[in-house]
Amino acid sequence: MDIFLIAGVLLAAAVLYLLFRPGETGAWAVVTIDGQETARYPLSQDITVTLGDADYNILMISDHAASITDANCGDHTCVHTGAVRRDGEAIVCLPHRLIVRIEGGETPSVDGMAG
Amino acid sequence: MDGKHIARYALLTALAMTLAWLESLIPVSSAVPGMKLGLTNLVVVFALERMSVRDAAAISLVRVLLVSLTSGNAYSFAYSLAGAALSLAVMLPLKKTGRFSITGISVAGGVCHNIGQILVAMAVLGTSRLVYYLPALLVSGAAAGTAIGIVGGIVAKRVRLA
Repeated sequence: MDIFLIAGVLLAAAVLYLLFRPGETGAWAVVTIDGQETARYPLSQDITVTLGDADYNILMISDHAASITDANCGDHTCVHTGAVRRDGEAIVCLPHRLIVRIEGGETPSVDGMAG
Repeated sequence: MDGKHIARYALLTALAMTLAWLESLIPVSSAVPGMKLGLTNLVVVFALERMSVRDAAAISLVRVLLVSLTSGNAYSFAYSLAGAALSLAVMLPLKKTGRFSITGISVAGGVCHNIGQILVAMAVLGTSRLVYYLPALLVSGAAAGTAIGIVGGIVAKRVRLA
């Protein structure tokens, strides 16, 4: 019976992967805190910004990829996640209720930048 | 409940807390939210094999509470409680069917632990986008569960309870 259980789990993983795999290279890094979008940055432009005040996460965009380089949360899951660049990928900081997710779309011009 | 039983509870709970601390020193297991090696599950596996289903549940839940009180916050408590509770909710009935070996039960526990954690993360963050982490969490949960189940099974066979 064990082998059916393990095979079932792996099959479910394969199906879910095919359904939800990240797409093409994204265009924006969208910052959401507490379910509210607070900023979006184009991946085409290298920057480093500090998100939040007392609870901070440092977001770096470099080489068309976004990563959290430092944070004062307890677990540093966001830092360990590394760089994300594909549409649908995300970096999560659960203690700060923050997500940086990658969205696709038009390659943004500098004029269209917000935040 | 006799004194021997209480001492055994205390010993296993302390061991589970120590393993939780040990695991927190391994950074690679936290690159995906919810991904864990699940060292503390060794204790649950041991209790399931050698003690009772009720003992395993009690030790696991007390461990979650104590670890959160000493080193966590409200969110990490919700997070690990969801993992432990869902994992127990699946492992205990599987154990009762008598059809699965301890490795199979441990796999189910590892996978459900990860699913529970990602569900809480989705609820806290108010997004369903984290489902794309699920395949990685299922595979890692199955791998970790297999390893923990095999080791836990050996330990449960060898340890002599006084």
